[in-house]
Amino acid sequence: MPQTSTTSILFFFVFVSATLIITYWAAKRTKTTEHFYAAGRSITGFQNGLALAGDYMSAASFLGIAGLVALNGFDGLIYSTGWLVGWPIILFLIAEPLRNLGKYTFTDVVAYRLQQKPVRIAAAIGTMAVVLTYLIAQMVGSGTLIKLLFGIPYVWAVIIVGCVMIMYVLFGGMIATTWVQIIKACLLLGGATAMALMVLSKFGFNPINLFAQAAKEGCDPAAAAGSQLFCYGGKVLEPGTKVVTGAWDAVSLGMALMFGTAGLPHILMRFYTVPNAKAARVSVMWATIWIGFFYLITFILGFGSMVLVGQKSILAAGGGGNMAAPLLANALAGQVFFGFICAVAFATILAVVAGLTLAGAGALSHDLWVNVVRGGHAPQHEQMLAARAASLLLGVCAVLLGIVFEGQNVAYMVGLTFSIAASANFPALVLSVFWRKFTTWGAVCSILFGAIGTLVLIYCGPTIQFDLLGPKAAAAGSPKEVVDAANAAIAAYKADIMAKWWYFPLKNPCIYTMTGAFLIGIVVSLLAPERAAQEGFNEVERRAVLGEPKGAAAE
Amino acid sequence: MHDHEQRLHAISAHRWRIAFVLSAIMLVAYYGFILLVAFDKALLASRLNEGLSLGILLGALVIVFAWVLTIIYTKWANGVYDREIEELTHLAR
Repeated sequence: MPQTSTTSILFFFVFVSATLIITYWAAKRTKTTEHFYAAGRSITGFQNGLALAGDYMSAASFLGIAGLVALNGFDGLIYSTGWLVGWPIILFLIAEPLRNLGKYTFTDVVAYRLQQKPVRIAAAIGTMAVVLTYLIAQMVGSGTLIKLLFGIPYVWAVIIVGCVMIMYVLFGGMIATTWVQIIKACLLLGGATAMALMVLSKFGFNPINLFAQAAKEGCDPAAAAGSQLFCYGGKVLEPGTKVVTGAWDAVSLGMALMFGTAGLPHILMRFYTVPNAKAARVSVMWATIWIGFFYLITFILGFGSMVLVGQKSILAAGGGGNMAAPLLANALAGQVFFGFICAVAFATILAVVAGLTLAGAGALSHDLWVNVVRGGHAPQHEQMLAARAASLLLGVCAVLLGIVFEGQNVAYMVGLTFSIAASANFPALVLSVFWRKFTTWGAVCSILFGAIGTLVLIYCGPTIQFDLLGPKAAAAGSPKEVVDAANAAIAAYKADIMAKWWYFPLKNPCIYTMTGAFLIGIVVSLLAPERAAQEGFNEVERRAVLGEPKGAAAE
Repeated sequence: MHDHEQRLHAISAHRWRIAFVLSAIMLVAYYGFILLVAFDKALLASRLNEGLSLGILLGALVIVFAWVLTIIYTKWANGVYDREIEELTHLAR
């Protein structure tokens, strides 16, 4: 593995210094909660599109998908498409009513015509479940990754990420977070594009030649002396069993990815940073374009590192394929570029955790403290204090969770996050905007069922019961008897668990939990109609179209 | 004023119809791809030429399709739809 230290740390320092200068500039402009949560609604559609892309393109989607493609070929594309198709749904169904009805959090929309306290408490639970699971996945991922990239001990890596991120959010609020995300998106898109062009230049700028090289049957890299190209046979272009095991699992995972995106609080919060619905639409359009472009590029990077670096070297570098993209950078343009890509991966993590922390702070301070505890009447300075205290609290929580979960397999956490978002947040949001008869208790039951149901079913499912709690397979290279004994133990254990009444066979429960959350929301609302909520719907309809009445915008 | 409410309602209902149709199209395109992955791996594995399988082509097309739908909707909503809303609020004033 190439030596990273000097160049990547240098790039990293340049990035952190630049973003901290921006944070200082942003801090002077962050005077009210409107600035802190919504960047004073001054971000343009194009800028917000980039920031949304920066918020969404996590290290998991950059390094993870590149690695997945490098090791499995086609299967990586299944995740890429799933993670993209949620965006058109956000645009068509969510963006406008969200921007026009809400103030700082998506809960504002759900609670608009319902009883504030119960709905806000339930929605804050839904938000925190998503934010915390996603934060754990990001923090653990970042610790492992930074250890791998920079050679810093895990705990220090987590603490550094935590401290820098807390500075962004605590002092610069949404203004600083937005610019960190924009800069990160530009670096990531620029770096990945440059890499893809370098890869394609070796294949006549035609990706099909690259795929053909990977799919060549029975070639011998040593024979093609000097070319250093690897090949793996046609299976890399075909669907395998890596991502999709059963048909229902595929449908369920698809639902979670598609509708989960439309229930991620840190993504939804970004729509309040633009001045109006027009800009909100433009921002989703740009976000979709950039994210889709990024996934296409990542697919090429994955195949590039498969062919130019080789699966053996990628696996040898550790991190389960995560090193595919950085190693490719090294193979293409040497150590300096390797350092640059590592620093970009670090910046990626910072931008995502900052967005998550801010969304969590919004739920704790705006939804719980200001609207539940203080009944919606708190002076501006107290609201700011609550917002900053919540950010600090969440930042510290993120670091502690990162340390507690060290060494745990958290890959399933991202799927869990999307599943909770699709089951707890998305149904309540949709019903509150579209359905006149939706009630307070319908919303509360729907959100709680979505959040708790997902957690329970994931716990009773194969991911936790087999992969996490079950016996482990024997280490590679063990004697045959050891391997056989371990496999027999696993088979016996699986048969035992699968016979239990509570065993849930799907890896992803979304198909049940999301459908259930919709049904429960509807049934509870029909059983106990709420007159005030129905009367308030006219106002919801009107405002979802026209937006805030003129003159009421300023607080 | 009643007339105004009704027109607002009609414009809004029209937008929702378009939004639902586009969402349904996206859903069908994406699920078509996922269900093929789940049920007909052999079809997706078939090769169009040496380096391109049907699966890769369709996967990339789902992404391009998402671009096309969002661009069409944004252009329509920011043009036609917003102009109708603007006219309406102008009349009300």
